[in-house]
Formats: sequence, C-alpha cells, structure tokens
Amino acid sequence: MTEDIVSNLQNWINKNTYHHSEFWDIKKLVEVKESKNLTISLCLPTLNEEKTIGKEIIIFKSELMERYPLLDEIAVIDSGSDDKTLEVAKNYGADTYLASDILPHLEPKRGKGENLWKAIYQLKGDIIVYVDADISNIHPRFVYGLVAPLIYREEVKYVKGFYDRPLAFSGNVRASGGGRVTEILVRPLFSLFFPDLTAMIQPLSGEYAVRREVLEQIAFPIGYGVETSHLIDVYHMYGLEAFAQTDLDKRVHENKPTQALGKMAFGILQTFIKRAKALGVLDKAEHKTILRQFQVRQTEYEQNLIEIIEEERPPMIEIEEYRNKFK
Amino acid sequence: MKDIKSLKKELPGIAEKLKKYREVLLANLVMVGEIPAPTFQESRRVEFILNRFDEAGLTDSSIDDAGNGIGVLAGSDSKSALLLNAHADTIFSEKTDHTMQVSSDSITGPGVADNAIGLAAMITLPYILEDLKIKLKNDLILLAGVKSLGRGNLEGMRFFLENNPFKINKAICIEGIQLGRLSYSSIGMLRGEITCRVPETYDWSRFGDSSAILTLNEVINKINDMRLPRRPRTSIVMGSIEGGSSFNTIARDATLRFEVRSESQEVVERAGETINDITLEVSSKTGDQVELDIFAKRIPGGIPYSHPLTRCARVVMESLDIEPRLAPSISELSALIDKKIPALTLGVTVGERTFKTNETIQIEPIYKGLAHLIGTILAIDGGYCE
Repeated sequence: MTEDIVSNLQNWINKNTYHHSEFWDIKKLVEVKESKNLTISLCLPTLNEEKTIGKEIIIFKSELMERYPLLDEIAVIDSGSDDKTLEVAKNYGADTYLASDILPHLEPKRGKGENLWKAIYQLKGDIIVYVDADISNIHPRFVYGLVAPLIYREEVKYVKGFYDRPLAFSGNVRASGGGRVTEILVRPLFSLFFPDLTAMIQPLSGEYAVRREVLEQIAFPIGYGVETSHLIDVYHMYGLEAFAQTDLDKRVHENKPTQALGKMAFGILQTFIKRAKALGVLDKAEHKTILRQFQVRQTEYEQNLIEIIEEERPPMIEIEEYRNKFK
Repeated sequence: MKDIKSLKKELPGIAEKLKKYREVLLANLVMVGEIPAPTFQESRRVEFILNRFDEAGLTDSSIDDAGNGIGVLAGSDSKSALLLNAHADTIFSEKTDHTMQVSSDSITGPGVADNAIGLAAMITLPYILEDLKIKLKNDLILLAGVKSLGRGNLEGMRFFLENNPFKINKAICIEGIQLGRLSYSSIGMLRGEITCRVPETYDWSRFGDSSAILTLNEVINKINDMRLPRRPRTSIVMGSIEGGSSFNTIARDATLRFEVRSESQEVVERAGETINDITLEVSSKTGDQVELDIFAKRIPGGIPYSHPLTRCARVVMESLDIEPRLAPSISELSALIDKKIPALTLGVTVGERTFKTNETIQIEPIYKGLAHLIGTILAIDGGYCE
C-alpha cells in the first residue's frame, strides 16, 4: 500500500514538477495562449507594500504586457494600506482596487484571502495568477513559470510555485524544504491525513495560478489558511492530477519572526481541522508513521520517506515485577 | 555644417513620445542594475545585456575577448559606424545588496546612476528606434564596456578600440548623471596608491613613529605641501585611506588612494615625480617600506568647444531646453581621444548620492536625456556634425 503511494507520487512529481527555465520561450507561450483564446489576469494583493510594488508592476508590465502580451490585466487589490502603495501602483499603470470597494454590500473582512477572493469577481481573466507584493527580487518567471503549465496542459487547473531548494548540502543530495511552518506543521499533517498532498514541495507559497472554473467553486479562508484550504479542496474535487508545481528559484523577502509564524500556524491549524472534520479524515486516519520530506538530486525532485514510530510503554504499575518489588 | 533646423523642430515631439517607453526602460534599468558587476566581474551583467541585444534582433551581437558586450544595429548604407558606449562595471562589491527601489518619481539603489541608467538607455535604444520607425544610415555599435573604473583603467574600451572590425568615426559615451553634461575633452590624470608597511623586523625600541598610519600621515602632509599651479588648473584628490586593524595594535600597513588631475600633461608628470620623491624620502627617514603604485594615466586632449560635434550636441540641448554643463572627463572618453575619434560624454538624468548604496535618480528628466541622446545620434547620422 505504502509502496504504491510512493511510486504514484514519484510519477506525479516527475510529470507535474517543472523548472521555470523550461518556459523561457515566452513568445511561444503567447502564441499558444492566443490560439486557445485564453485571457490571463495578474492579481497582486497588497497591504503597505510601497517599497516593492512599483518594481513588480514595472517588470511585469514591460516584460509580459508590452514586449510579450502574456498578461491581459495587472491589478492591485489592497486591504487599506496607509503608505503610498496604491499611488505608486496607479502611477505605473496597474488597475488599483480597494478590497472593500468590491462587492461593497458584503460585510468587509480584512485579510489577504479576502483580496484573493474578491479578485475572482473583479478580474476578467480565464486564469488568475496571484503573486505576493513583497518580493524584492521580482522577475517575469514568477508569472510565466506559473501560467505555462495551464497554457500547455488543459488537464492542469492549479499551479503552485516553490523556491529556495538548497537548504543543506551533503554530497550531491540536498534537502529541499518549504518554510518553517511547512516543515513543522503542514508536512506532518499532510503525511498523516493527506499523503498525496505531500507531493507539493511548498504548499504555503503565495504564488499560484488557477483557472477561474476552479476558483469560483472553492471557499476562501480570509486569513492564513487560504493556501492550505485550496490544496485540500481542489484535491478533494479534482484529485492530484489537477495540480502542477514550478520551481521559481530564489525568492527574497523579509523573514518573519517565530512569533508571527506561531500565529500563522494557529490559523492554518484551524482551517485544517475544519476541512479534515468535514471530509471525515480525522476519524478514519490509519496510524500512519511515514513522514514525507523532499530532497533534490541535481534537477530531480524526490520524496524522502522517514519512518517515525512513536511506541509507548504502559504505566509501570501494570508490570508484575514492579508490583512485587514495591508491594 | 548642414542646416539642423528641421531636426531641431522634431526633437521636443520625440521627448514627449518617449514617455510611453517608461516601463520598458525602467524594467531594463532594474534588471540590469540588480546584477552585481564589480570591475573585473561584469560577466553576468554583460550576458544579460547580450540577451537583450538578441531579443531586439541585433543579430551580430557578441562578447569579445575582453568581456565587453557588443551589439550591432546595422545601418542602411553602413559606410561608417557610430559607437555608443556605457560602462558596465560598478564600484559596488558582489556582496552589496543590489535591490532597486522604485517610487513614483525616482529609483534608488547602488549604481543606479553610475551606470545602470546609462546601460538601460543603451539597451532600450534599439527597441525605441524600431518602435519609432527611426532608421539610421550608419551602423550603430552598442558597447557595454568592462574593466572601466579604478584599476580597470579603461581596459575594456581600449581592447575594443584596438581590435574591433568597425569603421567607427564618432562616439558617444553615456553616463547616468547629470542631465546636460557635455564632455568633449579629457584632462591629464594619474591615479595611484601609496602603501606604507612597518617591516616585520621592526625595532620596537624605537619610539614615536612605530605605525604605518603615522608614516602615511607624513606622506600625506608632504603631498599637501606640494605647490600646484593655479593655471593650468591642477588638483590632487585624496580619495580614500585605509590602514590598521584594531584599537590597540600598531598598524602594520596603511594605504592612500589618490588622483592628480591637471589641464597640463607636464604638470601631471611633474606632480608624479614629486610624489615619487616624497615616498622615497619618507621611506628612508622612517625605515618603513613606502611603495608608490601608479596604475592609471590619462593624457589631456579632445575636440574643441567649436567642433561641429560639440556644436550639434549643444543645438540639440537648446531645442530640448537643457542647460549644458561643460566638464572635462577622465573616463572612456579619454580612450577615444587617444585614438583620435571625436567623442562626447552625455548624461541621462538628474541624480544624487553617487557611490552610496542609496544612490538615487529622478525618472522625469530621463525622457529629455534620452531625447538628447537620440537627437545627437540623428544629428551625427544626418551628417550635421561634419
């Protein structure tokens, strides 16, 4: 049983994991996009991002609108920044929206998930690609690397980005990790309850491209749980085959302190338990003992299975010799 | 000189049209500027530039043996070639955070003015010319020159001038700042380092001058006492000092970096000899090693103010309402002058805090700077500068 999962997952990984450099030919990408009559919208959710937003818009607009018309729309959806985020974004020609102005009759909620969700209503593309606005080493690959599998393969519905492969070197095998919350919380949870989803190398990354037909069918947590819930819901509806993931190389952003990660983990855990209960997996989870991590051998991504068995001893009082000795 | 009036009328219109290339130009600026390129280690930046030349359809682009990136925009009759140069190297090390920050009206980051915006202007030019349907008669050679600054001593440009196959008869060097800069001549210069070392076998019983810093101080005082003529104008720039390692150990070495600049070659030479004498004198007095290393020189020269090329550039500036700032140069222009190629150095925009990591340029003046560049190219191509 376990071996089946392993070889299936490895097959899936080999077939659905890309490196952005495979899609360097943007001209070809645009041709295929146009032949399929697809439209693509870029959504940048923001909250006080004046330092990085201008650069992101300039690069995407120049490279993926003016030079190669891959994007049909660049939109900033803001949660109410007090800095110049919207002014800078507007100046460089992005469409700018305040989340609270979209579907204004709904009670406003504040969080990134709200902006992502309202983008489905506000933006017009058949594909929406979400990119966080705090990336300081922004590059067109953050968009074309994510939309390319959707353009080339109709069965793919949801493409996730991942980064920062080399965390540690030992010989020619590198451990490949997500962030701290991924490795400490999400990967162990998925290993226990949704082993298929452990094939996603960075389940929490904020960069992904999704078809509208999928986005309109799933619920959106407003806070930290949005990425986790997407994976579970899309997996539940369409299976693992609907996913692909792309290596986007290095992503530079500000590192969060451990306390902030605690908040994040708490939000994710709430979302996870809600989903797991609804799907009934909490009760019927077999006692799984395999933790699934990742390693990279040159350009091959492999799962690393670690058996972790938590055995127990009974209370000492139940041991006869003990009772005889201390009677 | 042919009548330049019709060209003059077109230029303000061109400046206006250039605004639509803002994102393309600034994206190039950010992408090129975020690739570190300390002198002697420019290869990644040059590769990026070559990719851009290829994408713009400059089929003959290549990297030469010195590491220079070269793009060729073929002209309609190709009888002669105009060289456009922007140096690719910066003073910032690989370890400096090269992230650029874009605000509504300015861009900040190490090397953004010197010379990322110059490079960006150059690599965006083929795209702009094609989009504006401007076709040149002359070949336009785009050179991203390496090993230009400091100890690089214009090595990239000199190699290119020695070995290139083109019929270059004029050249424009592009520097990021300041808009209106017009350099057409080079001053005499020599650039060097003086290093003082306390010998390993130092006699610790001697008192007082037992530090390389004190020895260097002696050298500096003597250089400061040198008598320099007011005419021809001459100056000695003490650029930086470095020495020692802590609070409580005697400095074993200390280094001064300096430049002598003068309108007269003879004065430069004489100052060089005097500095050499000073180092010998201090060395023999103190018993420390004092070494003088002069690794870069420039010979004064250039075209006159009234040269048709200078005049063209001034007319173009006037039509765009740019105030000319005349200043001699000791950068790539001098290598061109040595080869007797009439050449100018122009600036692209307004900026500040050069050589600091928060170097900043203004976005709005870039359009005028680019229009000036294109106008000057059109004037040369149209034969107005002969």
